[in-house]
Amino acid sequence: MSATAAQRFLQDAAAKSADLVHREIIRRGMDSYDAAHLKGRARIKDWEAARQKCQEIKREAINHLDRYLLQFEEKVIARGGHVFWATNGAEACEYVKNLATQRGVRTVVKSKSMVTEEIHLGPVLEKVGIKVWETDFGEYIVQLRDEPPYHIVTPAMHLNRGQIAELFREKLDPGIISDDPADLMAAARRKLRQAFFTAEMGISGANFLVADAGVVAISTNEGNGRLCTSVPRIHIVVTGIEKVIPRLEDLAVLWPVLATSGTGQGITTYSTLIGGPRRAGEVDGPEEFHVVLVDNGRSQLLADAEQREVLHCIRCGACLNICPVFRHVGGHTYGTTYPGPIGSVLTPHLGGIKEFNHLSYASSLCGACTSVCPVKIDLHHHLLQNRRNATEAGATKSSERMMFRAWRAAMVHPWIYALGGWSMRKVLRIVYGMGLSGTFLDPMRVWNRHRAPVPLPSESFRARWRKGLGTN
Amino acid sequence: MCGATQAALFQGSPTRNFLNPCVTRQGNIESSKLKMPHQVSLFVPCFVDQLLPEVAVDTVKVLRRIGYAVEFPEDQTCCGQPAFNTGYWNEARFCAEHFVRVFKHAEVVVCPSGSCATMVRTFYADLLASSSLRDDAKTVASRTFELSEFLVKVAGVTQVGATFPHAVTYHASCHGLRELHLRDEPLQLLRQVAGLKLVEMARSEECCGFGGTFAMKFPDISAAMGISKAENVAATKAEFVTAIDPSCLMHLQGIMGKRKDQARTIHLASILAHDGSTQVRP
Repeated sequence: MSATAAQRFLQDAAAKSADLVHREIIRRGMDSYDAAHLKGRARIKDWEAARQKCQEIKREAINHLDRYLLQFEEKVIARGGHVFWATNGAEACEYVKNLATQRGVRTVVKSKSMVTEEIHLGPVLEKVGIKVWETDFGEYIVQLRDEPPYHIVTPAMHLNRGQIAELFREKLDPGIISDDPADLMAAARRKLRQAFFTAEMGISGANFLVADAGVVAISTNEGNGRLCTSVPRIHIVVTGIEKVIPRLEDLAVLWPVLATSGTGQGITTYSTLIGGPRRAGEVDGPEEFHVVLVDNGRSQLLADAEQREVLHCIRCGACLNICPVFRHVGGHTYGTTYPGPIGSVLTPHLGGIKEFNHLSYASSLCGACTSVCPVKIDLHHHLLQNRRNATEAGATKSSERMMFRAWRAAMVHPWIYALGGWSMRKVLRIVYGMGLSGTFLDPMRVWNRHRAPVPLPSESFRARWRKGLGTN
Repeated sequence: MCGATQAALFQGSPTRNFLNPCVTRQGNIESSKLKMPHQVSLFVPCFVDQLLPEVAVDTVKVLRRIGYAVEFPEDQTCCGQPAFNTGYWNEARFCAEHFVRVFKHAEVVVCPSGSCATMVRTFYADLLASSSLRDDAKTVASRTFELSEFLVKVAGVTQVGATFPHAVTYHASCHGLRELHLRDEPLQLLRQVAGLKLVEMARSEECCGFGGTFAMKFPDISAAMGISKAENVAATKAEFVTAIDPSCLMHLQGIMGKRKDQARTIHLASILAHDGSTQVRP
């Protein structure tokens, strides 16, 4: 199993990083994000102070998760809502499925939610004959393609409008000729409108769960979120336990920082607060309101003092956008719900250190992710800790373990080190001299596959130092 | 001779910081704890020692030219970063302890690599937290500097008397930039080099794709990132790309060599060492 996920990653990464069409689409998308993000940050008077504040809010919430979650639950129940605590994805899916079948639900409309992707809720509902509509435009596109989201904020960023037009022609209406974004959006809207008004159940995620007010905060841009949460008879929020924040006033900084980091907006087009089902005298809103709080490995991470702050993540996607590895291999290559730096840190915790250990290494440790994280998660250093944990748990190759044991012996004995370096240069000189660079006899063949060989000096620095350079 | 050169170099330029490194221009080094160093202990990264000795030779030239005595503790090997970054902290610990023993009496340790200096400065405290050498490790870490950092922040020198009449673009190596926060120091030095034309490249702060064992574990991603960097370098039409990390440059040299690019790689130390008396090595 471990070999499969890792091997698949290597193969897909090789293919994608050589795919110049893909790279160009991503480059364009990221360039426009970069410009918007920069402009957005400039709008905030002191970006560093805002980051600091967000980090403090999330730290407080995560350090008192028990208290804040109970506070949130109490308020929701008092308003007539239901709260279900799911230990894992299966429990969460079971709850939603049972509720849907008991209430005779045939159609579900979903607004974007990465947690439902994480627990694979869609397929569970479809298995019992329920039609599930993704209503976020990007999510709808990848659903039509039968693909997982490519990116946690912009699920279809790997496609250009020509590809989307072609998809719509095939799946929606052979009469679609234009690839104008407005026309494509209108085509999707015609389908989705019907779904909104036939669905008995709406499923959404949550950006924040506000403890003191007992409300769910949702940021969206397309308006589909509000339709999902207010038109159908039943609204279910499926979200992770780490989304809770202490106070309503915390949104004053978290909302703009999330929008800035996510898309460069000052604030998203729709900022919605939902606290329960429709009350007497209200004209709209669902009759039933449920919140499913998903743990799915999160409390295990909470127990890890070194990496607890990974739960601070507000899923803005900034670390994906700046990550040079993500930019070259793309989102699908990761084979995980959460791609990019946050995914590489999180997935070994949620999905198993053995199966996903390769992701801890799929980073040059450049630290760009950490530099943009709006809640200041020390992402690249957590990758280092995951590597250490994997090594200590024996999840690395035995050949590598032996190599580093030999390396250690050389590094504490300068003469072995010097002799080793000298012999390596000798061997390489012979191999290169015979024109065998890049063949299986070349110890540097992996390096030399994509690079011209490193020119070999005749002497090491220490040899030159001894031969006279050392005289001041 | 050093005195005379110094006088010639610093005529009319503020030398207070150079004479008294306790006062730094940026002020975010606790140099009050650092006595005025007379002698610099050179920390030559293992791969520089074995594969790129010119970088270290040029570092010696620059340090001597501005008046420092240079020593090279010959028992040094590696800082431990390859093992540390691969997760082998136990193996890295042995190596780090060796490093601390070798350098514990140094006045100041200077390294022509942001990445290796980061290993000592940023990670030794954690790595050796329960080692008997913990206190020595902290001392060594606080006295270890990357070359441009040492020149600008500790010695207070930006003019080192270099001449390099070429168009040069600068790649901001990640560890120097994001671990040691050296954004402007290398550029300050480059701006003072006679004849040098600094050309900015697009995305100069994006990783080149080297990443140590990353380059061996994920050769295709590493190469793709290197090619993107090489394309950005080529677009500037600069003759040289420089950086403070020889590892980035070794990787880029290979990538650019394979692409048969016109531009060449050169370490910052080699530019600073160049006094115009010789031609640049082809």
